[in-house]
Parts: sequence; structure tokens; C-alpha cells
Amino acid sequence: MSKINKAILNIENLRQTAQKDQWVNRIHPLVKLFLTIFYIAIVVSMNKYHLLGTLVLAIYPVFIFIVGEVSFKDALRRLRIVLPLVCIVGILNPFFDRTIVTYVNLGFATSKYPDGMLAVSGGFVSFFSLMIKGVLTVFASYLLIATTTIEDICYSLRKIHVPKVIVTQVLLIYRYITLLLSEVNKITQAYELRAPGQKGVAFKAWGSLVGRLLLRSMDRADEVYESMCLRGFKGDFDITRQWYGESNKNTFIGDLSFAIIWTGLILVLKLVPVSYIIGSLFI
Amino acid sequence: MHMADALVTAPVAATMYGMSGITAGYSVHKVRLENNAKKIPVMGIMGAFVFATQMINFTIPGTGSSGHLCGGMLLSALLGPFAGFLTMIGVLLVQCLLFADGGILALGCNVWNMAFYGCFLGALLIWRPAMKRGATKAKILFASIAGCVLTLQLGAFSVTIETLLSGITELPFKTFLLAMQPIHLAIGLVEGLITGAVLCFVHEARPELLWEVNEENKKEGRFSFETTMIILLVASLVIGGIVSLFASSYPDGLEWSMERITGSTELEAAGAVYETADSIVSATALLPDYAFKGTESALGTTFSGIVGALIVLGVSVGVCYLFRFFKKKEKASN
Repeated sequence: MSKINKAILNIENLRQTAQKDQWVNRIHPLVKLFLTIFYIAIVVSMNKYHLLGTLVLAIYPVFIFIVGEVSFKDALRRLRIVLPLVCIVGILNPFFDRTIVTYVNLGFATSKYPDGMLAVSGGFVSFFSLMIKGVLTVFASYLLIATTTIEDICYSLRKIHVPKVIVTQVLLIYRYITLLLSEVNKITQAYELRAPGQKGVAFKAWGSLVGRLLLRSMDRADEVYESMCLRGFKGDFDITRQWYGESNKNTFIGDLSFAIIWTGLILVLKLVPVSYIIGSLFI
Repeated sequence: MHMADALVTAPVAATMYGMSGITAGYSVHKVRLENNAKKIPVMGIMGAFVFATQMINFTIPGTGSSGHLCGGMLLSALLGPFAGFLTMIGVLLVQCLLFADGGILALGCNVWNMAFYGCFLGALLIWRPAMKRGATKAKILFASIAGCVLTLQLGAFSVTIETLLSGITELPFKTFLLAMQPIHLAIGLVEGLITGAVLCFVHEARPELLWEVNEENKKEGRFSFETTMIILLVASLVIGGIVSLFASSYPDGLEWSMERITGSTELEAAGAVYETADSIVSATALLPDYAFKGTESALGTTFSGIVGALIVLGVSVGVCYLFRFFKKKEKASN
């Protein structure tokens, strides 16, 4: 399957997952947007040597994965873009930061480690903690989009008074992406059939191939605008609609409690060394 | 160049959200002043267009690799800097939500790094002055290449600063910068050529779609391909020299703060791997540490900048002439 077809399929899958009628999906989008940003901010604020503390923060994505019945496989697939980048930035940390921050008890002695203690440098810890942060932040934003449609995110952005010029065009970009991706797919397929064995578009066709699509898209924008006006579009979309009602079984109090509980829990995990406290109860 | 959430800390992200937010606010104000209801649908479809065409691989002649279109420069050349900037925000938001390309927290950084420079500096400092006396193919190509190179160089510089301020990497400032800038220079040149080719096509087919192109004052021959290249050469020499002087003083500020924190101006590193890497770098460096070997003078740094600019320009002029040569050949065969 071509890259473009995969992208179209990906967008469609996300839309279907986000449109499911279940509790997490029905939570007010503003609550999920706030929680996601807050969670990501807390994750990236964790001390670079606080590996366990960062790891414990995984409970929020785990909770949403299970309750929201979101595919873990799709989430893992999204990591392939971010993790290599994060890895490149952090991979040299072990070479530059050689301060010993902890010892690992191997449980046996060797000629190299006569006391059985393996020294771990700060660079290694910070590298692994960076990778965990990369995974958690990607999961958090994936869970937002997998449980909330773009329309609902735009609705929440308008609710917090993000200008309609930005929000409406975000919505329009989303609506047109599939359309233009299919068009690009057709064009590149036609090109590939006429230029067999050639990788990519040759420089001779750079301008004309994309230029024609651009002109067609501009014309289409005119047509779409006219048809939108005929259907009553006034440059904004409806933000007066009530989120809670007959079609939404969730309640305002329920969603508010969800937000408060998770904000509190994330804060506790950030401020209190929970993993050490729980561990000390048993050891 | 999309930054992931894990590469920034909350204060850096918040600052960049603030800076991008202020620019977005001003852009919204300017777009509103235009009072053109059609603008929003056009912005929407152009955003989707940039998104979709970034999936097309353009083969770079003479190499096995491929490049993509530069969204910021293309959008501002068609919609103007303000609407172009707002459209780029939309594109980056959708990219981050749908494809995990960039993060929600790092959105402010990404908007600044990828949209601000291309849409404002590229459009206002390069595109508009170049198109003042009407557009020609050479001028469009020049503006696109110069705009894209500027966008990517400043964008890559900002990524380095943001990552270092976030304390994510232990890499010294200069090493990180040296890894980031040259690769983005090459990307900038390729993206500039692709963007220029598309804009040249638009200029031929529908010139009225291009932003701030004054066809009435058009004076053919005043700004020929050769003149363009000479201006580009001189400008790059000057910029290369001046920027290098700044490069020699800027890390001092960073080293000063590092000294306050760690007690040393250099990050201490030891070990076989570091030593081997260091010896390889020392042996292969054309102009070690941006200066003449054994000197710390500003003159040496400036010289490095000029030599760097000359090499870059040599490559870019070569690519441009290659492009022109093939175009001529194509015309002759027709």
C-alpha cells in the first residue's frame, strides 16, 4: 500500500475510533484537552534523573487505553516518527554525562566488579528517562485524538475563544485532507505509470505536476466557498450547542470530577515519590 | 524539523506558545482587516494542499534522495505572510494530532521554527522586495531559494536553542549547532528549488494568484538571472561574515552561564569513545572551531563564515545553472 493510502486509512481509522459512543469519548473535549496538555507538561518537567517517577506517570495513558478501548498497536506505530528523533538527541548523553548517580546490585561479584555493584552514569539514566518521556507524551496526544474528534477539539478551542479564523481553517484543512490526498494519490499514480522504474518526481515535472494541483485546489476553494454560503455558512460554526443532553449520557459534574481527580493524581505523582514509598512498605 | 514534546520543558514551551500566540493574534487582526470572507476557505484548502503535497517525493537530480515542498514560503507567496502564518498553524496542529509529527506542547516551538521565519522574514524581507518591480522566473527562484534557506537556517538554529535551554541534551552548543545547520542548509536549497518551480508555474499560468507581485511596474532585464546570482553571492558573503562574528560571541554568553552552574566553561567528557570522536573531528575539520588553527581572532571566525558561504553558494549556483541548463535543453528539443 502506498504512503498516501496509508495516511488516508490512518485518518479514517482515527475518525472511527474517536466517534465511538463510550464514556471517555463523551467527556467534554475541553476537559480532555486540558488534561492532555497538563499531563504532557508534567511529564516533560520531571527531573531527567527521576526515571522511576516518570515511569509511574504511565498510569494515565494506561487508564485511558483500557477504559477507552483504544488500540495499543496503533499507538506504538506512531512512536516510529518520534522515537528516532528523541533517540538522536539523547544518545550522546551517556558519553557526555558520566557522573555516577546510582549503583545496581548485580548480586554476584566478577573480576571487573569485585563488590558486585554496577555503577550507572547520569547520562544513561537521563537518556532512558528522555525515551520514556517521548513514549508517554506521544501516547497522551494519541489518546486525545483517538477519543475526541477534530470537530470536538475545534469546538473546545472556540469555547476558549481561539479566533474563528484559526479554528475554522483547521477544521477545513482536516475536511480537505482526505480529498486532496486522494487527488495527490491519483496524480502520483498516473505519473508513476508514465515513468516506470523512476523514484519520485523528476525535476522537469516539479512545477507543472504540483502547480496544476494547486490551481485546481484554488478553484475548488472558490466553488466550496460559494456552496458553503448557499448552505448558510457565515464564517463560523455553531458553538452555542450544548455538550450535555439527550445524546450524551455524561454529566457536567462527572466530567468535572474526572478532571479534578486526574489533575490531583498527576500532581501527587509529580510531587511525592510514590514508587519509593510503596516499595518501602514491602522491603 | 518538527520538535517532539519530549524535547522541550514546560517553561520553554510556554514562552514559545506566548511568542507564537502574539504573532498569531496580530496576524488574525491583519486578516480581519482585509475583510475578505473568501479567505478562510482558501486558507483551509491551501493548508490541506501543503499537507498533501508534502507526501510527494521530488527526486533531486544527481542524487538518489528526494525532497519536499516548503510550506511556509509557498503559503506566504500565495496568501501573504499573515494568512500564510495562520494556515501554517493549522497545518502543524493537524500534523501533530493526526500523525504525531511534532507535539501538542511543542506546537508553539514548531509554529515559531517553521512558520514564523518563512512567513514573515521570507515573505516580507525577500519575496516582497524581489517582486516589487514585477515577477520573473529568476526572481521567483531567487526569492524561493533565499527564503527557504533563511527559514530552515533560522528554524534549525531555534531548534538548537530551544533544546539546549530545555536541558535535554548534554551536547555542547557548538557541536549541536554544527550538526544542525549544514544539513538544513542542503534541505533549504532543495526545498527552495521545489517551491520555486511550483511558484514559477503559477506565475506563468495565473500570475494574479501570487502575493504582492506588481506587474504594472515590471521592467524586464533589470533583474536578470546573472544579477540575481551576483546579489545572492554578495548578500551571502556579508551575512556569512556578520553571522559568524555573532557566532563567535554568542556561545560565550552560554559558556558564561555554564561556568556559573558547573564551574567550568566546557562540559567535561572523558573516555575512549569521546577521545576517538574528538580526534576524528580534529583531523577532518576544515576550519576547526570556526577559526584558523591556533587563533581565536574574530577575523578567523569571519573568514570561516565567508568560506562556508562561498562553498554553499558554489553548490547553490551550480544547482541553479544545472536547472537552467536542463531547461534550455528541454526548450531546444521542443
